[in-house]
Amino acid sequence: MSEHHDDLPAFCHPVSTKLLFGVFFGLIGLTVLTVATSALGTGLGMPPAFAFPLAMVIATMKAFLVCAFFMHMYWDKSFNVLAFLSSLLFVTLFIGITMMDTGENQPTIEAFDINNLANVDVSE
Amino acid sequence: MAVADSHDTHDDHHDLYDHGEFIAHHFDSAEQQFDSGKLGIWLFLVTEVLFFSGLFVAYTLYRTNHPEVFEQAHVFLNKYLGGLNTIVLLFSSLTMALGVRAAQLGRNKNCSVYILMTMVCATMFLGVKAVEYSHKWDMGILVRSAFNLTYTHPTPTTEIGKSLHISDYLVYLCIVPALLLAGFLAASVISKLINKTMLAKFMVAMAITVSGYFLGVVVGVVFMSATDAETGSSHASVITEQPLMLMASTQDEHDEGDHDEGDHDKAAADPNHEGDHADHEEHFGAHPADGGEASFDAHHPDPSTLSRDIGIFFSIYYCMTGLHAIHIIGGIIALAWLYWRSLLGHWRTDYFGPVDYVGLYWHLVDLIWIYLFPLLYLID
Repeated sequence: MSEHHDDLPAFCHPVSTKLLFGVFFGLIGLTVLTVATSALGTGLGMPPAFAFPLAMVIATMKAFLVCAFFMHMYWDKSFNVLAFLSSLLFVTLFIGITMMDTGENQPTIEAFDINNLANVDVSE
Repeated sequence: MAVADSHDTHDDHHDLYDHGEFIAHHFDSAEQQFDSGKLGIWLFLVTEVLFFSGLFVAYTLYRTNHPEVFEQAHVFLNKYLGGLNTIVLLFSSLTMALGVRAAQLGRNKNCSVYILMTMVCATMFLGVKAVEYSHKWDMGILVRSAFNLTYTHPTPTTEIGKSLHISDYLVYLCIVPALLLAGFLAASVISKLINKTMLAKFMVAMAITVSGYFLGVVVGVVFMSATDAETGSSHASVITEQPLMLMASTQDEHDEGDHDEGDHDKAAADPNHEGDHADHEEHFGAHPADGGEASFDAHHPDPSTLSRDIGIFFSIYYCMTGLHAIHIIGGIIALAWLYWRSLLGHWRTDYFGPVDYVGLYWHLVDLIWIYLFPLLYLID
């Protein structure tokens, strides 16, 4: 929550210290959680396939907290938020199209390696 | 400063608009100036995200096609040290947000204190990073073209390195901060002598900022030796206890990525790797590394191209963390400018834009680290 001071200009939204500290301890908690799940997760029966998605979900939760409250996005103009989030769209396109490309090429590369490098002694 | 110009033309507009000291003449109001700046900084952050996204693409591409390399390589990164650095950076984000709040309320003194805390955390982060980097360089964990993993920690040759038992590389990485520290201390004394008290205060704050780096180095060294037994990725014990970590890792690949303690124990039990540094250097000296291939023990002939691929992981690692560190340094310079203006008492309830903008940049740097940390350190 931003505090309401009558004497402040409309564009000035100081965030309460209580909220800032709350966000900070939330972030610390999530950091500890992500290290703990990485160090102990599979030992406690978590399937290894979950480790990476879980780490990314936790990172995204942290990113949300930082963006929304530390970066004041919650109170910011929606155009600014839109501008920033649009960058994520382009990152997705960048990664997505590159992955489609490598998905097309990688089997060819691997087939080439198997056919041509199988008998090469790589130690020399 | 561009804003200084507005001061001269200030009177021309005074009757029409309520222009504060720092409201540039081409803006109607403080709010318009603030909003313009804010849009500008958000657009800059967009370009920053796209800038980093190239490296994230490299990471994604390489990890998708060669997941085994990441499995083998991450054991060289100390996840607890990375976690510590994450917390340092998150704390700096908190102090930055508190600094923005103080500026918004026109509390210049509080703002300067928070900004100083942010800068100290930033340099501390770099100090811990220096410990991590120097440790890797000692082991020959470099970018792909220079990758030459040996596990032999070279004996320190510098006087200070010998007395403190720290790597030469760490000593080298401390030279520039040490010069800066001496320079800022000298500058503060000189400023004091010529009665420039505010400048003296600024220089003392800069000296405190730089000493944060050495705090980070000390914390990093202590933390690394405290956690190395568990991660096997840090100081001296790795030489004698786990000399064949890479070998164990490559065997893991044949075991379908199964990391068990047995491999490490086997490595530890190998008599060829017991002993002091000199023995190791002699031992590996018989098998000079050629063109980036890791040196392998002749008794365990399992040479493969995997070690070269691990070098590519570290190319990506150094690019991502290095670019991030450059952003941290840039942030510290911007924060120093804010600190100076806080001392001058520039922030008012209708003029706090620069603090807000640098704050946004600082949080973005934090945001990028939030993703880098699990992507690089928490691969399991």
